[in-house]
Amino acid sequence: MAAKTWKFGHNVDTDQIIPAEYLTTGDGKKLAAHAFAKVRPEFAEEVKEGDVIVAGDNFGCGSSREHAPRALIGAGISCVIARSFARIFFRNSINIGLPLIEADVYDRLKEGDEVEISFEAGVIRNHTRGEEYKFAPLPEFMQKLLDSGGLIPYIKKQK
Amino acid sequence: MATIAEKILTGKAGEIVEREVDYVMVNDVTGVPAFEVFEELGRAMKQEKVVVVQDHYVPNKDVASAEQAKALRNYARRYGITNYYEIGKGGVCHQVMIEDGFAAPGRLIIGADSHTCSYGALGAFSTGVGSTEAAAAMATGRLWFKVPVTQKFIVDGELNRYVMGKDIILHIIGDIGVSGSLYKSQEFYGTVITNLGLSDRITISNMAIEAGAKAGIIPPDDKVFEFLNGRVRGTYKPVYADKDSDYEEVFEYDASTIVPTVAKPFTPDNTVPASELDVTIDQAYLGSCTNGRIEDLRVAAAILKGKKVNSDVRMIVTPASERIFKQAIEEGLIMIFLEADAFVCGATCGACLGGYLGVLASGERCVSTTNRNFVGRMGHKDSEVYLANPAVVAASAITGRITDPAEL
Repeated sequence: MAAKTWKFGHNVDTDQIIPAEYLTTGDGKKLAAHAFAKVRPEFAEEVKEGDVIVAGDNFGCGSSREHAPRALIGAGISCVIARSFARIFFRNSINIGLPLIEADVYDRLKEGDEVEISFEAGVIRNHTRGEEYKFAPLPEFMQKLLDSGGLIPYIKKQK
Repeated sequence: MATIAEKILTGKAGEIVEREVDYVMVNDVTGVPAFEVFEELGRAMKQEKVVVVQDHYVPNKDVASAEQAKALRNYARRYGITNYYEIGKGGVCHQVMIEDGFAAPGRLIIGADSHTCSYGALGAFSTGVGSTEAAAAMATGRLWFKVPVTQKFIVDGELNRYVMGKDIILHIIGDIGVSGSLYKSQEFYGTVITNLGLSDRITISNMAIEAGAKAGIIPPDDKVFEFLNGRVRGTYKPVYADKDSDYEEVFEYDASTIVPTVAKPFTPDNTVPASELDVTIDQAYLGSCTNGRIEDLRVAAAILKGKKVNSDVRMIVTPASERIFKQAIEEGLIMIFLEADAFVCGATCGACLGGYLGVLASGERCVSTTNRNFVGRMGHKDSEVYLANPAVVAASAITGRITDPAEL
């Protein structure tokens, strides 16, 4: 299924993803109503289930608030593709089951491109431009976490 | 040979390891989601490892935050968390972790707050995590880590007047950028670091995360051991890097080139000497885990003594803990602030993250001793935050524009 991309810049911090004044709930759906409220107020309204975020370097920098990936999941975001991720955001996302792709495709993908992602094949297909981009899989341990559905199901499985 | 990060995590850079943590800290924003996830796991609570600090939106800023603080309080009671800090007893979580003897050399500490890296100033490997990870550690006492590579920062020479730990770390972040230490650990060395007091060192470690670092560690010395004497919980074992440790990069700085530095909006690496700015301000904020310690208050009070805050400026002083507040009263600092027409309030993170007690309106500018100047960080999306040391904030409060204190 193809998804639409939302393109952001570099150093998108977690205050942009979910401003601190909304941190009185941990509920992803409720948080999603305020995602990017200060920098892209139309996002929360227009985002569709399955949409993909594309960003440059250091996506998710700043605060450790897990509310940021929770808000993105709540908004229906199926994957974030960035040139690099801030460390805590990266861990949080993997730990709660939000797929991330670290790939140098920032200049290839434009806002609104229709993309389809195959994690098995490690390929992003850009239907709008008729292009394909390969990406390296996550380290084995992190893929295992993600496949389990996140850290909690993973720990539960360990008994 | 091993770096401090490799030794505390007992692994080689690049390896993924699972390790026992000494403490896991949560606050009122991250704590409730952590306890909710913990309950999903259905395991026993490792109470002795858990520290709960109410600090972000307390005293309650509104009904929603009141409900959140109440939920956290109830969780702490239900699970018998004795390391629980209510308002009036604690303060900003990182200051509490340090003052109350949780942070110590060689320890592995995680906290559901990004500035958990502050305890690197005492030689701990401490790092920020999410609520789910905190929950996992509450239940298992353990967490997975990727052992980071380490960058070495050496600062030698003599510090200029009014230059503090804040300027050193802003200078470094300005040099390496906000992703300059992504996924990496930092270690700090040099005569300047050795001569710095613990408070300034904490400021440096605190802002390691603003370059993306996983930890910012300073080898512990007598200043740390003396500080811990009588306050540390349990025993600890200092950890040092091997002489020929494998550093990914080495950065050297001459302290004489570091001046009072300001990070302009909207990233902490957007640095410039304070003296080069011509920026009027609406608010001056002194506080936070970065610069709300007694040493910071003393520096600001020395500049404000007998003076008045500019009539176009609101100055807000928020000591980082109740203990610091008391000490500042005893030392007469609070009276200096009040007589200068500053507003003084009890310890909370409120203003730093745009919560309350210092929120900015559209178009307003604040010079602040805090750690982040992101878009809308302290309020309206069209407001601006300029990060600076306590001396610059105090001097700017007097003049009404960002000011290098040497000018006064």
